[in-house]
Amino acid sequence: MHDPRLPADPGTRLPVDSDVELRVPEQRRELARAPWTTLGAISAGGMIGALARYGLGAAFPHDPGAFDWATFGINVSGCLLIGVLMVMITQVLRPHPLLRPFLGVGVLGGFTTFSTALVEVQKSVEDGSSGTALAYLAATLVAALAAVWTGVRLTRAIAGVRTPPRPGPDARSKVGAAEGGAR
Amino acid sequence: MTLLLVALGAAVGAPLRYLTDRAVQSRHDSVFPWGTFTVNVAGCLLLGFLAAHSGGSGVMALAGTGFCGALTTYSTFGYETLRLAETGARPYAVLNVVASLGAGLGAAWIGMVIAQALTGAS
Repeated sequence: MHDPRLPADPGTRLPVDSDVELRVPEQRRELARAPWTTLGAISAGGMIGALARYGLGAAFPHDPGAFDWATFGINVSGCLLIGVLMVMITQVLRPHPLLRPFLGVGVLGGFTTFSTALVEVQKSVEDGSSGTALAYLAATLVAALAAVWTGVRLTRAIAGVRTPPRPGPDARSKVGAAEGGAR
Repeated sequence: MTLLLVALGAAVGAPLRYLTDRAVQSRHDSVFPWGTFTVNVAGCLLLGFLAAHSGGSGVMALAGTGFCGALTTYSTFGYETLRLAETGARPYAVLNVVASLGAGLGAAWIGMVIAQALTGAS
């Protein structure tokens, strides 16, 4: 067990799934160890994220068939922040065990939305604005992926985390082993 | 009142995403993020249904903005895609994008068709 006051090992690999990664022993155990506080933290975070999304949607409404800038901005900024958060909690800080469930699974998961983005595309197609639909789908994807990449790289650069060497061809077992071995 | 409904839906949707992800992960050993894929596609199906069904603004706030919004996630989807690409599983990253967007759009469409069929029948 790591002393929680010590910084995380910068060589620890980021998990693939930011919500929960059962290959990481601490995350596999967290639900059995503290079921109600873990689910409560996710629930509370989800409410905060969803209310922020609702507020932004109400502040920046869009006409049917027009580009939904509110959801676009929400999803892209949420992707930037998940990149920052995952590097911080995995490679920089040794955070409280409820921080990832609250901020990552709850707040950012509740803030960003896959269903609204895709139903917006579907609605634009139905309204005869296929061009807007395709542009929205592609722009969200490209901007979201660029945002995660920027969040991860920027945080690593600022915090001075050196990128761990790439795993071998069988990435998944090595990732699991590295995670398990570091803890 | 709307704020309360959004919060209530999200209070259930976000932990359900976490529990579904855990349940799905414990049943397979693939590097492909099936857990997030499952919640995102299921959320698209339900939201597609709600968008075409027009059950009122209260239902939309609770089940649409709150529940579906918090059940599904773009941040985890984006992060997983980047991590798959970074860890050398680039075909999985491409597959995740194509499958999630394709199945999400398909599910939203099916949800709308079901809602229109029900509305037309009643």
